Amino acid sequence: MEPLLRIDNVGRRFGGLQALSGVTFEVFEGEILGLIGPNGAGKTTLFNVIDSVYEPNEGQVTFRGQPTKGKKPYHLARMGLARTHQIVRPLSELTVRDNVIVGACFGRENRSLGDAGEIADEVLHFVGLSERADQLAGSLNVAQKKRLEMARALAARPLLLLLDEVLAGLNPSEIVAMVETVRNIRAQGVTIIMIEHVMHAIMNLSDRIVVLEYGQVIATGTPQEIIANQRVIEAYLGDPKLAEQLMEAA
Amino acid sequence: MSTTSDVLGRLHARPAAARWRNPGLWLGMLALLLVGLWPVVSGQAATREVIFTMLLAIALASSLNILMGYTGYVSFGHVVFFGLGGYVSMFLLSLGQPLWVAVPAGGVASGVLAFLLGKAILRLRGTYFALATIGINEAMRTFINNFGPFGGSTGISLNFSVYGNYGGAANALWLAYYAVLALALLAILVSYIVKTSKFGLGLMAIREDEDAAEVMGVFTPNAKTWAYVISAIIPGMVGALFFFKNGNIEPADAFRLQFSIETLVMIMLGGQGTVLGPILGALGYQQLRSFLLTNAFFKDYQLVIAGVLLLLIVLFIPAGAVGWLRKRFPRLRNVLP
Ligand SMILES: Nc1ncnc2c1ncn2[C@@H]1O[C@H](COP(=O)(O)OP(=O)(O)OP(=O)(O)O)[C@@H](O)[C@H]1O
Ligand SMILES: [Mg+2]
Repeated sequence: MEPLLRIDNVGRRFGGLQALSGVTFEVFEGEILGLIGPNGAGKTTLFNVIDSVYEPNEGQVTFRGQPTKGKKPYHLARMGLARTHQIVRPLSELTVRDNVIVGACFGRENRSLGDAGEIADEVLHFVGLSERADQLAGSLNVAQKKRLEMARALAARPLLLLLDEVLAGLNPSEIVAMVETVRNIRAQGVTIIMIEHVMHAIMNLSDRIVVLEYGQVIATGTPQEIIANQRVIEAYLGDPKLAEQLMEAA
Repeated sequence: MSTTSDVLGRLHARPAAARWRNPGLWLGMLALLLVGLWPVVSGQAATREVIFTMLLAIALASSLNILMGYTGYVSFGHVVFFGLGGYVSMFLLSLGQPLWVAVPAGGVASGVLAFLLGKAILRLRGTYFALATIGINEAMRTFINNFGPFGGSTGISLNFSVYGNYGGAANALWLAYYAVLALALLAILVSYIVKTSKFGLGLMAIREDEDAAEVMGVFTPNAKTWAYVISAIIPGMVGALFFFKNGNIEPADAFRLQFSIETLVMIMLGGQGTVLGPILGALGYQQLRSFLLTNAFFKDYQLVIAGVLLLLIVLFIPAGAVGWLRKRFPRLRNVLP
């Protein structure tokens, strides 16, 4: 089967810092792929390379059979790529609803303003922000802004959705709700790559997991395989909190 | 009471149909039309001159607002389009072309210039873009100062006989007045259409966060370029009419940076990014300006006061008058575009 996304020997430097090197893996249609690794491992950078915010210094990314080299983020959005930002980026002076309408208008389906309004209402309901629809996006709290990120990305009706730490900062019951939301999104046929530090959630959700450390892939496999992987455990030893979570998940 | 909320409710529920039933838009345009027709009724040339200046300011401020208020790109040198439009049309008029060819040609020339510049300078962000626009205005002034066909530093003067084609000088002045009134109304309509369109939503996304807008699929280079082009065309036509009425054009008059900055103050005063803001700002600023100019004490300090005013707005009501109202009373958002 042709993968939806192929990452082939990708490297990216920032000055003297090698943020990614030789990263290679594939993502298949319909799966949830977990992307984990210690802080600064290069996870967010990889997302930025996938959606062409950064160009890779080496290697190439292929989305839906086409190399992304030379394509801009907006080309990829039209092709069916959508993402959330780890550090939220609301369009502050626009209403919550208009934020989501932007997602629907300019995403894969390139909808008219009228259609986009209907999609926005539906998606806002889905993520539980209906009551806030007419508020300015800048006035939401952080958890709500995270959901807004999610809503905007979903409104684009993407084929591949990149989620960057959507669980961070949520309380346990919010996490349960968000995990359920992610499951529902996948059930609609959307392929997902998910960066997450909340181990039990990612182990629960993912079909496969890729582990990054210092910009390199150190392990790929099912959640069971990853938990049992000695190399992964060592990588996390530098971060006792995460190591503990990893153990608990095992 | 219930009727108000019914109207607001309907506006919210059916945005497509409600788009053309916005009371703020129509009341604003109607009020402007009445003000614009006042000199026609009274028949006074002096009133006409005062209102001509206001209409001119409204057309320029509403156009610049599309770039500055909606897209978030501040063009300090926007007067370059006013000047270029003026020059192109005066050149055509002096060759014997009729006004109805010369004025649209002025608009087209400005639009083309914006298109050519757009892709290059709209890559710059914030202050760098603002500085580039000043540079372009200065470069254009210098170029035309040395450009033979446009009369170099002496510029172009119309032969008085040109006005004969429009029923004499007195009639020609009225003709220019009507045309500027029409352009001011058109500018407001264009501003509203852009603001309530998908294209306009893309522009506002760029204003709020350009990188996020790109990731969401807004084709930012194209959107910015078209915003720039749209914001340049009407100033080009207004410049054409202004200098037709004036009878002559010189580089120093055509590319006055001060004029650009005054337009910026108007937009800030009324509320950038709103449709009604530039109208209110233009009216308010022109009122203030004519008061200052006729006051013996303030006469020489007009620009100083404009500067202080700008500072006060930025410090205390950065959203401008209409923006402040919309923030303070969220329900007004549906009726004050
Ligand atoms: N634009 C940039 N310029 C310079 N360095 C950068 C840039 N973006 C990321 N980096 C560096 O690249 C490395 C990887 O960062 P990245 O944000 O991808 O990590 P991450 O795995 O997402 O970490 P976290 O779990 O903390 O979010 C870090 O050392 C970071 O400082
Ligand atoms: Mg990160």
